[in-house]
Amino acid sequence: MNVAVAKTGNGRAVSDLFAGAEGRLPGSPAVIVARREAFETYERLGLPHRRIEEWKYTDLRALVGEVLPLAASPDAAALKRAAEAVKAHAIAGARKLVLVDGVFAADLSDVKALGSDMSFRTLRETLEKDASLLKTAVTDAVIALNAAMATDGVVLSIADGAQLSAPIQIIHIATAASASAFSRSQVAIGKGVHATIVESFVAAGAKAYQVNDAVLLSIGDDSDVAHIRLMDDAPDALNVTSHFVTVGANVKLNFFNMTTGAAVSRLQGFITFSGEGSELSANGVNLLQKTEHGDTTLLVDHAVPNCVSRETFRAVIDDRAHSVFQGRIIVRPDAQKTDGKMMTRALLLSDEAEADNKPELEIFADDVSCGHGATAGALDDSLLFYLKARGLPEKQAQALLIQAFVGEAIEQIADDGLREHVIGIAERWLERRS
Amino acid sequence: MALLEVKDLKVRVEEREILHGLTLTVNEGEVHAIMGPNGSGKSTLSHVIAGKPGYEVTDGQILFKGEDLLEMDPEERAAKGVFLAFQYPVEIPGVATMTFLRTALNAQRKARGESEYSTPDFLKKVREVSKSLNIPQDMLKRGVNVGFSGGEKKRNEVLQMALFEPSLCILDEMDSGLDIDALRIAADGVNALRSPGRAMVVITHYQRLLNYIVPDFVHVMSKGRVVKSGGKDLALELEASGYTQFEDAA
Ligand SMILES: Nc1ncnc2c1ncn2[C@@H]1O[C@H](COP(=O)(O)OP(=O)(O)O)[C@@H](O)[C@H]1O
Ligand SMILES: [Mg+2]
Repeated sequence: MNVAVAKTGNGRAVSDLFAGAEGRLPGSPAVIVARREAFETYERLGLPHRRIEEWKYTDLRALVGEVLPLAASPDAAALKRAAEAVKAHAIAGARKLVLVDGVFAADLSDVKALGSDMSFRTLRETLEKDASLLKTAVTDAVIALNAAMATDGVVLSIADGAQLSAPIQIIHIATAASASAFSRSQVAIGKGVHATIVESFVAAGAKAYQVNDAVLLSIGDDSDVAHIRLMDDAPDALNVTSHFVTVGANVKLNFFNMTTGAAVSRLQGFITFSGEGSELSANGVNLLQKTEHGDTTLLVDHAVPNCVSRETFRAVIDDRAHSVFQGRIIVRPDAQKTDGKMMTRALLLSDEAEADNKPELEIFADDVSCGHGATAGALDDSLLFYLKARGLPEKQAQALLIQAFVGEAIEQIADDGLREHVIGIAERWLERRS
Repeated sequence: MALLEVKDLKVRVEEREILHGLTLTVNEGEVHAIMGPNGSGKSTLSHVIAGKPGYEVTDGQILFKGEDLLEMDPEERAAKGVFLAFQYPVEIPGVATMTFLRTALNAQRKARGESEYSTPDFLKKVREVSKSLNIPQDMLKRGVNVGFSGGEKKRNEVLQMALFEPSLCILDEMDSGLDIDALRIAADGVNALRSPGRAMVVITHYQRLLNYIVPDFVHVMSKGRVVKSGGKDLALELEASGYTQFEDAA
């Protein structure tokens, strides 16, 4: 209905989006003001397009065109379908926090099992008092839209010293077709914590929907955290996710992202080192087929000295799919002894597959070690022939080599059960290859 | 019917003819040695039999159990019982040897309409064979051939041969890069697989290997043709006189 207008990313129809939703958006008077401001920012900017430098490979105006209306609150039938999806996608032993079409579903979640180490609220509850969660250090059109429209999310804090043996799994389930879900979550991790946070995005029968998610993650000193995102949305969905991560001192942060779903997706991460002696290992893999478009854009800000960042992003690109990696490392003037490296490796399974890679180093300190590298290529013919000569049909030989390529990334996940879960998702992607 | 019949085979690589009309017949239970200097086309022959892409057969025929081998994909040839032990086995990082062995064996069985091996049966069989070949179990957990020594790679080829039970084994320079102990272990492994229903084609540059794997027939290849055939004594003759006479003849 608002296609023509959305081409300019502006105008009355888009305002209708907000006006139509406003009654359902929670918040105190201050929150309502913050939402209005955010929406004005979004209206001014419109959907990102290729002339916006940060979005030049992911032109949402061309790829998506319009923002769909806000999904209705899930009804009983939707929750029933969501419950099935939870069963299918839950990680064994994990404590689950479930959002259905962007709305927290208490009955599907394990809030009581969180224990005394954690305190939990929904975003909806938090916004009754406090507008601060709608503010982020960085903003752009999709982030502003998220601030304006966020219906709900998980607000979790983990106490100092907590040693969590089982992962926390935030499951985003889409049940509403042709509608948008906007969620925003905060995970505040204290000092000396050991924790694994997993985010899963899945569909429960929904088609052609849009997800706009934001995560504010802060990690206290001396913590050891694994943050894993598994985006397996429906093949015709849109997923745009923004991560804002602040890393304290002497932290070990292992981030892993796997993209196996959505027609168009963008994960943008803004990671800032705010304490010395910390190490970030960021690994990811985009598994793309048909005409899928998957964009991973990471900004790592070395604001303090003596931190290490390692980014390794892989892509397996079939058919006419398109993978984008944009990595930017900023080393601030004080951030001596920074060690920042990024690497991309693309495996192109078809002649029409496309990989774009844009590494940027902005270095303002003189005693640093930074670099980037990239490889792109097809499967090795001599390996394929060896496998075929041992009896493996072409597709199976390819699958084994793709698994090996992806496996190098998945290997970084320390938790056995979680690793098996991720391998399972990758295997199902392989089975979907025609 | 012969197990393998190569008839007047002409093969080109990148517009250049490498095999100029090669003929070879191998029956069940026989062990044939193919000897010849470097560049005479031995590996080319083995690759064409296994189905490696990049070779253009311009003339001639290869029949396996009476069927046209050249019409089949490499995996089909493997399932029908053709096995090539590569001169240079590739390394496949990230694919555990054990996973590879099981996947390959079950793919072949599936193609033949046989049931998959059960895990305990499979493990038992791998353990038996790897023990006889002096292959430690931890090697099987590593990526295929990754970090293997030359001798280990060749033993891994023999291990596969023993597992897959092919009816035609082609061993391309199994002796290259092996010291005498490694060679003996690999050769013992091969000899253990000699049987009335299985034929072997042992390709080698040197006579040395044929002290361990004693052939029934020896063929001399030069410049893309078989220029002389005979019994096992031909290998000894060659050892004494060298390949020069045949290079002139070819
Ligand atoms: N892929 C290739 N491209 C070009 N020439 C090749 C290729 N493979 C083999 N040849 C040539 O074919 C000839 C025979 O090689 P090869 O079969 O490897 O001999 P052998 O195994 O007897 O040493 C050599 O002259 C070699 O250079
Ligand atoms: Mg050779």
